[in-house]
Amino acid sequence: MSPSQAPAPIDLSSLRLDTALALLAQDEELHPPAPESTTGYLQHLIDGLCELSLKDPLTGLANRRQFRAVLEREVDRVTRTGESALLLMLDIDRFKLVNDGHGHPAGDIVLQSVANTLANCVRPMDTLARYGGEEFAVVLPGCQAAFGRAVAERIRSIVESTPITIAPGVAINVTVSIGGSFTLPWVRSPISLWIERADHQLYRAKSEGRNRVCLDFPPDSTVSAEEKGLLFYDVPDQDDAGTSTDQSDPADSANRK
Amino acid sequence: MSEALKTTPAEAVSAKVLAITSGKGGVGKTFVAANLAAALTRRGQRVLVLDADLGLANLDVVLNLHPKVTLHDVFTGKATVDEAIVKAPGGFSVLLAGSGMVEYSRLTPEVRDEFVRVLRSLLPRFDVVLLDTGAGISDVVLFAVSLAGEVLLVATPEPTSLTDAYAAIKVLSMQQKRRQVRMIINQTVRPGDGRAITGQLQQVLDRFVSTDTGRPVRLIHLGDIPADPSVRDAVMRRQLLSINNPNSPAAMAIAQLANKIDETVLIKA
Repeated sequence: MSPSQAPAPIDLSSLRLDTALALLAQDEELHPPAPESTTGYLQHLIDGLCELSLKDPLTGLANRRQFRAVLEREVDRVTRTGESALLLMLDIDRFKLVNDGHGHPAGDIVLQSVANTLANCVRPMDTLARYGGEEFAVVLPGCQAAFGRAVAERIRSIVESTPITIAPGVAINVTVSIGGSFTLPWVRSPISLWIERADHQLYRAKSEGRNRVCLDFPPDSTVSAEEKGLLFYDVPDQDDAGTSTDQSDPADSANRK
Repeated sequence: MSEALKTTPAEAVSAKVLAITSGKGGVGKTFVAANLAAALTRRGQRVLVLDADLGLANLDVVLNLHPKVTLHDVFTGKATVDEAIVKAPGGFSVLLAGSGMVEYSRLTPEVRDEFVRVLRSLLPRFDVVLLDTGAGISDVVLFAVSLAGEVLLVATPEPTSLTDAYAAIKVLSMQQKRRQVRMIINQTVRPGDGRAITGQLQQVLDRFVSTDTGRPVRLIHLGDIPADPSVRDAVMRRQLLSINNPNSPAAMAIAQLANKIDETVLIKA
């Protein structure tokens, strides 16, 4: 489009905006826009719709669509920077018992409460998502291997010790099983593999008795200066061939096994 | 639980699948794979070498092969696996991934499933399958290694090669719960170099790498291949060393390696 060509003015009354406005009106955080200018009004409306399309309506957390986008971005980042990132998959233990015993509205309250607890456990840069049903995901960028278990363990214990009021005078406690995996630094690995590895650990946590954390070992390929120093310390030089007389005996290492 | 099950990661397809890998590229991994395959074939084993670097391996270059049909065609349904297997000069079989596989460097679950399916279907026809993997710790390498009952890690005595070998062993032990890795030290200068290097790596691993089982990974020194000008000659001519110069020190060392693999590794498989 050439700069001289002004876009045709939009007549708001000719657009069918009722559904969009109704959707925004349902969400307490997304008030329908005040009609200042046509552009501002539409931009506000579009922003609101975008936000709605990325959120889980029940918990307000990121939905699966945004979760995948965040993971893709994270893989892009670790491929370039070699930093580490942790993905945690959480599942509320025996959630079916809540639904069956207290009804689905109580189940919804439990989901919202766990979402709130999670939000209080993580840093602003972390992403919380509702992965589906009673399963949640947390993406922790720049999370070093040494801290991964501490974060996951903190989430697990806070959820366990937070009573949830599901009806006046009725409070229950739930627990979560958590599985986690780190990205492979420098490697462009598909997010499906990353999720699969975390899921595998979640499965482990479930099968080992629930209410626990299982993380896969990060592929730590860093070699410290101290390790390097020791690696080359004793490689024999030209004057030090005396230690090697046993080398030609092929049975030797077989015997050592 | 048998000893074999305890030392082999859960994903391993079979004990007769051996991964040949390295921490760093350019240490002679593919050369070792091809020549070891020839030596094992001479010992009467039915050997398959599989390009597990998904099209980035140099197996075709080392063996001077120009197959028209590759694993890529098998994956895309254009050919059967039998059409893709070629006979190498040393009498062993080779399955090349083909350059079209490079696009599979994004290792999707589908590609992995297909790879495992092909590998399993070939197992009954061979006594040993050598996986010529890439170097380092990319997910393609880690995946290929995870399928193997045993890992043979090729390193040269250079500090950079040793550092990368150490890093790779660390990852294999911590991430894949490998209990043992067999070391082949290539281009050694004097007898005893390889054993000393393996011992040194083991000492540092014992000190810095702990596994959740509490038992550190164990390195087994499989053997050395001495620095030998005939290797370069064979590589430049794109011939097997056993054909080009069967009496060279490197060729004899590789024959000895095959002997040892036969007697200590394959006997369990």
